Formats: sequence, structure tokens, C-alpha cells
Amino acid sequence: MPKYIALKDPHREARIYSARTVTAILLVLALLGVILGRYYSLQITEYEIYRTQSESNRVKLQPLPPKRGLIFDRNGVLLADNRPSFTLSVIKERVPDLEATLEELRRLVPITDSDVEKFHERLPRRRPYEPVPLHFRLNEEERALLAVNRYRLPGVVVEAQLLRHYPHGELFSHALGYVGRINEREAFELDETDYRGTFHVGKVGVEKYYEDVLHGDVGYQNVETNAHGRVLRVLEKYAPRPGSDLTLHLDINIQRAAYEALGDRRGAVVAIDPATGGVLALVSTPGFDTNLFVNGISTADYSALRDSPDVPLFNRAIQGQYPPGSTIKPFMGMAGLESGLVTPESTVPDPGYYRLPGDSHRYRDWILRIRGTGHAPEVDLNMAIAESCDTYFYDLGRRLTIDRMHDYLSPYGLGARTGVDTTNERRGVLPSTQWKRDALGQTWYPGETISASIGQGYMLTTPMQLAMATSVMASKGLRRVPRLLMAMDGEPVSAPELEPIAASAANWQAVYDGMLEVVHGKRGTAKYLAKGIRYQMAGKTGTAQVIGIAQNAVYKEDEVDERHRHHGLFIAFAPADAPTIAVAIIVENGGGSSAASPIARHVIDTWIFGSSEFEDPA
Amino acid sequence: MGDYVRQMPHQSSADLAKPPSTAARMHIDVPLLLLLLALTVYGLFVLYSASGQSMAAVVRQGRYFAVAYVIMILGAQISLQRYTRWSPWLYLGGVGTLLAVMFFGVGAKGAQRWLEIGGFRFQPSEIMKLVVPMAVAWYLSDRILPPSFRHVMAGLALVAVPAGLILQQPDLGTSLLIAASGLFVLFMAGIGWRYIIGALVLAIASAWPAWMFVLKEYQKQRILTMLNPESDKLGAGWNIIQSKTAIGSGGWEGKGWLSGTQSQLDFLPESHTDFIIAVLAEEFGLRGVLLLMTLYALILLRGFWIGVQAQTSFGRMMAGSLTLTFFVYIFVNMGMVAGLLPVVGVPLPLVSAGGTSVVTLMAGFGLLMAVSTEKRMVGQ
Repeated sequence: MPKYIALKDPHREARIYSARTVTAILLVLALLGVILGRYYSLQITEYEIYRTQSESNRVKLQPLPPKRGLIFDRNGVLLADNRPSFTLSVIKERVPDLEATLEELRRLVPITDSDVEKFHERLPRRRPYEPVPLHFRLNEEERALLAVNRYRLPGVVVEAQLLRHYPHGELFSHALGYVGRINEREAFELDETDYRGTFHVGKVGVEKYYEDVLHGDVGYQNVETNAHGRVLRVLEKYAPRPGSDLTLHLDINIQRAAYEALGDRRGAVVAIDPATGGVLALVSTPGFDTNLFVNGISTADYSALRDSPDVPLFNRAIQGQYPPGSTIKPFMGMAGLESGLVTPESTVPDPGYYRLPGDSHRYRDWILRIRGTGHAPEVDLNMAIAESCDTYFYDLGRRLTIDRMHDYLSPYGLGARTGVDTTNERRGVLPSTQWKRDALGQTWYPGETISASIGQGYMLTTPMQLAMATSVMASKGLRRVPRLLMAMDGEPVSAPELEPIAASAANWQAVYDGMLEVVHGKRGTAKYLAKGIRYQMAGKTGTAQVIGIAQNAVYKEDEVDERHRHHGLFIAFAPADAPTIAVAIIVENGGGSSAASPIARHVIDTWIFGSSEFEDPA
Repeated sequence: MGDYVRQMPHQSSADLAKPPSTAARMHIDVPLLLLLLALTVYGLFVLYSASGQSMAAVVRQGRYFAVAYVIMILGAQISLQRYTRWSPWLYLGGVGTLLAVMFFGVGAKGAQRWLEIGGFRFQPSEIMKLVVPMAVAWYLSDRILPPSFRHVMAGLALVAVPAGLILQQPDLGTSLLIAASGLFVLFMAGIGWRYIIGALVLAIASAWPAWMFVLKEYQKQRILTMLNPESDKLGAGWNIIQSKTAIGSGGWEGKGWLSGTQSQLDFLPESHTDFIIAVLAEEFGLRGVLLLMTLYALILLRGFWIGVQAQTSFGRMMAGSLTLTFFVYIFVNMGMVAGLLPVVGVPLPLVSAGGTSVVTLMAGFGLLMAVSTEKRMVGQ
């Protein structure tokens, strides 16, 4: 095989090189074209998309939460306030060593393990530049300590926010309700826009009922931020409209008088101004410190409230349903007079018990146990009310029948929600044959009418209903929906008026006279209230059985378990010639009406004179 | 061996009669120098904005450029024969230092790339960007071109050793760039298309095993992020989403110098280094991108022209390889910032802040100028 000597051929090399250069140039231009095409597509074809995206990067809409409206009593005393609260927060991005910083902070501020635990739960949900709350409600001393140590704690910030504060705590707990942190369900129901930047919402009571007006309207500002979320400048701003300030009919003086008179007993007091329907006092004891709920109540505090046998979270004034007992009698009396079944002069024989025709069962009058006989051989309406004669009303009830009883009593607001401007009101029961069929699927028995005519049996009323009924009585038939709200931003708000009860003046007067005798008569069931009284008070005592008492058995108060004692009730209005206040009081397991009636004196005295002139009988 | 014939194919006798210009005496290619200066000035304007209007950053970068231009001009004075002669020794030294890095190197960000001598740190892989093509060109310059199979294999081996060592560091980006610069020499030497097509087929066929066995988790992540940046909005995808937003929102006219909201408000990460093209595109718009690409294209064309005019195989192959490598920088950087390619650490040549790449690139242009002015020296 011949061996060729290969020589370099510069011409050929240059030719090949040129060809390769042309290939390379074509390739380079093609690829540059691809790149240019990409930039063209981003900058020209999809320009709008990216421009919008870059704007939304840069400009952030910041909500400006409105200031929640304040709540005052009728005298201008502040009941619900917004106070700056200081929160210790940590910005992760700016903290060099998180664990060391937390350790250091624990030396300065009483941070609990649960604070740290919750902090670590919040941490991954926030952007690194956002402050994450670690500890709430710093006091002045703690803030000062943090300020002094600030230079060596980078990334630790103290933030101020306005928090609801209830200066009177327990006193108005059930009258006002409270706000709390918005929970998941509420977040879903509330208008997202309106509540942007707001962390609290009315949970119960006035705070919830008037949430719309108390909240106000959210404002916003467009701000330019950098990638770290720092605000560089405000581009435009729409100020929020603060929530309306509410003035309530409530009077702190009689609220306190009622609260103190109830003391550590379980019970409720509702006072209404008959002329306006304004609720002057709404007390339910025991109460609780509503401030606990504002920033999230601790589990321990909440369990204590929830599990207490006294159920402090239960608003007895509107949710408590009690048999009205004898407090129903004045209204029964009006029913009897208006239906023509009785007159002020007509009488009923009272042997101390009542028997339905053709029935041997004796329906006892309460006096039988004490005197062994009735109130008097013949009892008229005045005496029946003043001495709370059961027999008189047994007879009236039987003749009236349950359905007419229902029709005469319901206009007073019994057995239906009054519509008072707060939440969670219960409706009670004003029985009728229809009601029993619907609710229990049973027919009505005549004996049940006898119980109903003295406010026992199925009949259940709330203190609010009793107060409304008393107010209607006091104003001789004027009916107004009870209202807590008196004025909004200084503008008076009047209670919705209902069709009045048309009844003859003489009939009203006859019942009035009976109720006056209760307090001012020689044999009135609350005659001890008249001691030193400087005005005319019309009232009616009541006792509600908690447990059934067998035929012929005798109820002995000191032998019965405290929780099974009778509830004491009392309703009253005053001054009798021109009533300015109507009250309803219940003391749970008070034993009898004497537990409740002195509270009426304290409340009404305080309303009229500014303080109570009554000393509780020993 | 060696060249027996020297030719002056495109030079007329009139040219020879003229005395050489100052530029020619200083071995300076004037069009290339002007283009580079224009690019430098443009880049410094963008850098001022990208660095958050930091004059200090511009001055620092200006200083790097000053050093780089001096190196370029000094590099242009060295004759090609000397470059050719030095090539094997530089190559051996380079591989030696790469081995030294492997055993005594200093780590940074999880990779061992630096060598520290007397408190002075340097990155040997950077030098290899010039040395590897020089070695391949040196090896082929004496051979008959197009090279035979044996010579192609030897050339590939010259590429594979340093590329493998750098891949070990690990530095995939640099390794690929160095491999490419060596392969470009082979390409310009005129290796048969069967090799090229064979290599492409092999590359495509090895994609799956590479994905399964070679690529590290973070490298796979980068590729996945490029394909779908929305999958990890706040993490790895953030850079790409923000850079695309910056580029796109620039539109045709741009938001104006110093007025790019993406870059000025810190939404764009690495805005003064690898992602600086996004700042340019946001503030100067597609117009600015076109101007930049025009400058780049002219530099590339000048580089190719210098190669075509070159007198020796070594000069030709070096000119072609350096020009194509420069293009790879442009293509990879502009492609990755626009979301066309996965994010690898490749700067935008002569615009991104940083001294190392500027010095290396300008040293390359020095060599290119040595090639371009060689012919004139022959004429005397």
C-alpha cells in the first residue's frame, strides 16, 4: 500500500474555515433571533399582563380599619371604650438568632410557654418581613423595659392597636355583650372588604346587635411598597368612617343598685321606662369580666366560666325562662275584667282550695298551709291581687279557658320574643290548646288551665317579658318594643310602637288598686316594702316552683336542697300616678318573693332619688 | 512540519506601501475596541441603576474594566507564535491547579472552586476558559485539517480532563462553558458533520440517564423551575417570575432609567449581577434590548471577520472559538433571565457586575486582537 505524505493545505483550511464561519454566523443569528423573539413576546405581546403584575407588586392596597363606636349610658358614662393595647411582635427577617432573642425576651417580659407555642404556630403563616405577635397587653413597665433594651434586640417591635375595653367589667356584661376575635365562621359570613384590617367583631349582646353601626366603614390607602413590604409612600388615601357612638337608655346607677342588691345570688333585673320603652337596667348575675373575651380568652378562664354551676355566661334577663307564678295575676285580673267575667265588685268564695266541677282534686291556695283556711270567705279582685289569692284566679282561669287566657295575655308581650335590641332572646311559653298540640302533640287538660291561671305549669316567661308586661300595665296599655338604644351619634332613636291595648280606664284602675295594696295595704304580700317609702309603688309578688310538690305534701324551705328552692319573683312600677319605671326581678332559688321584692325598692329609689332609702329587713 | 507557505490573501500592495497606523503598531483592532467601549459605557449606566444607584458599585466595576482593558492591550502585544508555544504549558499548569483545588481548595456556597495562595484567592477554572481552547487549537494547528479521528479523539480528551475536574467541584455551568469553548475549536477546525450529528444524537440519548444518575437534586430543581416557575412562587420560581415581570413590564419604551419599579424596589433578585438584563429590559424596553443585541451582534461579526482574516490555523481556530464562547454567554444569560433556559450562574458578558468574568473576557479579546493584527506584522 503506497504511503501518502499528507501535507497541510492552507487554501483548503481557509476554505473550510470560511464555510464553518458562515454556518456559525447563521446559527448565531438564528439563536439571537430566538432570544429576541422571546423578549418581543414578553415585552410586546404579553406587555399588559406583566405591566399589571408589576403594578400589583409595587402598589398594595392597605385597609384603614375604622374606629369602633363608643357606648355610653344615658348619663354619658362610658361603658365600652377603645384603648391602645401594646403587642410584642417579632419580625423574623430582622432577627439574627430567633431562639436567643426569645430567650432574652423571656427574661424581660412574662412570656408563657403557651405564648411561645402560639408564636411558633403563627410564624410559618406570615411573610418573613411581617411582625408576628408574641405577647399581648404589655403594661407600661414592660414597654419601658423593652424600649431600653431595644438596641440589642433587632427585629423586636412593640405595636399599638386599639382594643375594646369595658371599664365596668362584670356590671354590664349581659347588658352590652362583648367583642372578640373574628373566628373562621364569622370571617366567612362577614363582608370581606368591610372587615379588612379589623380583627374584632361583636359576639353577643348590643355589641353584636348593633355591629353594623358600631363598626363603621373601612377606609384604604394605596401605598408603594418594596419587595420587603416596607411602605415607601402613600399614593392615595380614603379615610375610614368611624362607627357610630351609641347612647343607651341604661342608667349606671340603677344598674349598679340592681347588681349590688342581687349580690352573690343568681338572678336578673330588668327595668323599663314605660313612656319610651327604654331599658333602664338589664342585670343578670353572676356576670363575668367581658374584657377576658376581647383578645381571646384563655382555655382555663373559659372552662371556669363554662363549667360553673352558676352558668355566668347565661343571660338570665333574656334567656332565662321561668314560670311567672303569681306575678301573672294582675294581667289575669285585666283579662277577667275586660272579658266581663269579673267586676271589681264580684267575689269568689275561698275555702283555701278550688275544685273543678265533678272532680275531687283540690287545687290548694298557698294560704291554706299557713292559716289552714282561705284568705276570706268571699274574695274580690282587689284582695285577690293584694293577698295573691289563688282560688280567685283558679275560678277565673277555668271560666276564661286557656285559649282566651292566651289571647288576653299575649299583647303584654308574654310567650313571644319582645324584640329587644340584643341577641339570643328566648321566647318563653304562653300555653294554649294549639301550642300544646303543636309542641307536645297532646290535648289540653282542664287541670292545666288551673295551673296556668297562677302562672305555673307550662307557662314560662323571661324577666324581659315580665318587665315589658309590667311596663304596658304601668302605661295603661301603651305598647313599645323594649329598646336599649336611646341615641346614635347624639340623634335620639325611638322604640318601635305597637298597637296599644284598648281597655277601660276603670279596669286599669281596679288592677292598679290591687297592685298598690300589695305594697301599701295592711295585708299586702310585699307590705314591708312600704317602710319609709315616699312614693306610691304598685307591685306584685310571685313564687315559682322549681320541683313539683305532691298532693298534700308540704314544701319546707330549709329541708329542700338550695337548687330546688322556689324562685322569688317581683314586678313593680312607680310612681303609681305617673309611672317612670317598671321592673321585673327574679332571684333563682330565692325561696320566695321576699328575696326579690326588696331589690325593686333599691332600684326604684335609686331611679327616683339617686340612691336607695330602703334597708333590707334582717 | 509547520507552515511552509505564508500568504497574504486579501492584502493589496497599496496597503503595504502605507506606513502602519498607530493602532496597528499597538496591535489594536479599532472597530472591536470601539464596540467594546460602547458596550462598557452602556453597561455601566445600567449597573448604576441596577445597583440601587450606587456610584461606588460603578466605580468598582470601572476599576475592573480599567484592569481588564490593560490586560486586553497587553495580551494583544503577545505574538501568536508565543501563545501557541505557551499553550501546552499553560494547559498543564491549569490542570495542575485544578487538581490542587480538588485537594487544597477553599469552599464557597457548597462548591470547592477557589485556591488560596498567600491570602490571595483565585478561581483556576476561570483561566481554563482561555487555556482549554488554546490547548486544543495548539494541538490541531500542526495537524492536517480537517482532523482525523485520532486527532479528534485527542482533542476531546484535552477538553474532557479539565471539564471533568471542574464538574467535580461541582460547577456544571463553568464545566459546560469550558467544554463548549474546546468543542468550538474542533468545530471551526472543520471536523466532519458525522461527528457533530453523532454527538448531538448521543447528547439527546443521554438526557434520560443524565437526569436519573448524574444531575444533582438542585440542578433538576432549576430545570423544573424553569419549565414551571409558578410551582414554587416564593422559592426558586421567585427569581424567574420577577425577572419575566420586569422584562415584560418594560414594554417597547421602558420605564425610564432609574425608574424600573421591579429593580428599584428590590423585587428583582441578583439585579446587578446575573439578572441585570432584566433591569435593562425594564428601564429601556425592547428598544434597549435591541441596542444591546446590536452591539453584541457587531462584536460577534467582528470576531468572525477576524477569524476569516487570520493567517494561521491557531489564530483562526482561536478567533472562532472565542467568538462563539462569547455568544454562548449572551445566549445562556439572556435566555435564562427570560425563562427560556434553566438558571445557571452565567453573567451577561461585560454588563453584569463582577471582576472575574470581565477580566477573562477581555483577555480573550486581547488574544483576538493579537490574531487580527498579526497579518499586518507579516507585511513588514
